[in-house]
Amino acid sequence: MNPRRSYAAGTGLFILLGFAALAYLATQTTSLVNFDSGPSYDVTAEFANIGGLKDRAPVKLAGVRIGTVKRITLDQRSMDARVTLAISDRYNQIPEDSYAKIMTSGLLGDQFISLSPGGSPKVLKSGSLIDNTQSALQIEDLIGKFMTGSGGSKAGSSGKK
Amino acid sequence: MKQLAVRLFDPLLDGLANIGRTGLFLLGLLTALPRGLTYPRELLRQLWFVGAKSLIIIMISGLFVGMVLSLQLYYTLSIFGGTSALGTVIALSLYRELGPVVTALLFAGRAGTAITAEVGLMRATDQLSAMEMMAVDPMAFVASPRFLAGVIAMPLLVAVFNLMGIFGGHLIGVTWLGIDNGTFWSNMTSNVGVWKDVINGEWKALVFGVFISLIAVYQGYTAPPTSEGVANATTRTVVSSSIAILALDFVMTAFLM
Repeated sequence: MNPRRSYAAGTGLFILLGFAALAYLATQTTSLVNFDSGPSYDVTAEFANIGGLKDRAPVKLAGVRIGTVKRITLDQRSMDARVTLAISDRYNQIPEDSYAKIMTSGLLGDQFISLSPGGSPKVLKSGSLIDNTQSALQIEDLIGKFMTGSGGSKAGSSGKK
Repeated sequence: MKQLAVRLFDPLLDGLANIGRTGLFLLGLLTALPRGLTYPRELLRQLWFVGAKSLIIIMISGLFVGMVLSLQLYYTLSIFGGTSALGTVIALSLYRELGPVVTALLFAGRAGTAITAEVGLMRATDQLSAMEMMAVDPMAFVASPRFLAGVIAMPLLVAVFNLMGIFGGHLIGVTWLGIDNGTFWSNMTSNVGVWKDVINGEWKALVFGVFISLIAVYQGYTAPPTSEGVANATTRTVVSSSIAILALDFVMTAFLM
């Protein structure tokens, strides 16, 4: 190979390598990995408090990722957080009376929605509302209860001021 | 009294004049750029020299930076019991900060100095004047391919550096420190964004590339035609580029946050 062609090839290799590295970083190490563009249906759930839940947080059932949080809004009448979940079309046999709970992965991890299946023969469809929900566990509330010794009260109620 | 004022303000004025001259040089460079593109072979040669030949140093440095990041962050995170966030912290520090800055500093040392010395010696040996005699514009034939090659090479080198850094961090974190492989990746992928982190760092890389190449070409082009002049110009390239990189990094981080 003549020297001119060899550095042309080397330069081409360098440019390809650079773009390949960039493509790898952008698609394999970022949230694009979790981006599910497949068909999905929307289900809403209302929570008294969502804590630190964010858009695009995972929705899991039995630990398996089945969808993402699509939208979070405030319902002005009930003053509850209304969370829209986009669940993948593949998972269309989830009982209607399933239980939605906001959980945290690890002590410092992100929050996600965990669904526990109910026993109803009816299944969740587009536009369904999940009635049984449990708010995010607030570490501040827990600590507050622990400090003031009112540990006997029901979990989920707001801490004593 | 007047003497004192002159002595105080002289270096300041010198610095200002230098910045002004560099700015004017950039204008000249930009107007010569379209004509510079008529020498694609020269651009290719420069890209080979500043880009492809910098790959080895960039890859080795990236690997070691990732490995040491992994060790240091593991130590810090273990204090808070948050070692599962190791992947996220390594990726964010590399993409947003260390990748662009370390690559730029290495690039200034590896490629910037070579450009200054080469162009400075061309000036000293009257090659630039000879080109003018032959009606070849040295701004188009010498300065613009070198400038453009630096601007193109920097973002690509940063991507390679980041990739090697992630592999290095993964190597130490997962195989040596025993973090779970799935935890390492899933934590990273759920917290790192394409636009807000990866592309954010690439913007920095592009700006650093413009400044390093501009400083290197300018210093070479205006170097006094003596051995001492070229030596001083090469030193100034490293010093000015390093200061420009770190100062710009702060400004860009504040704006791009």
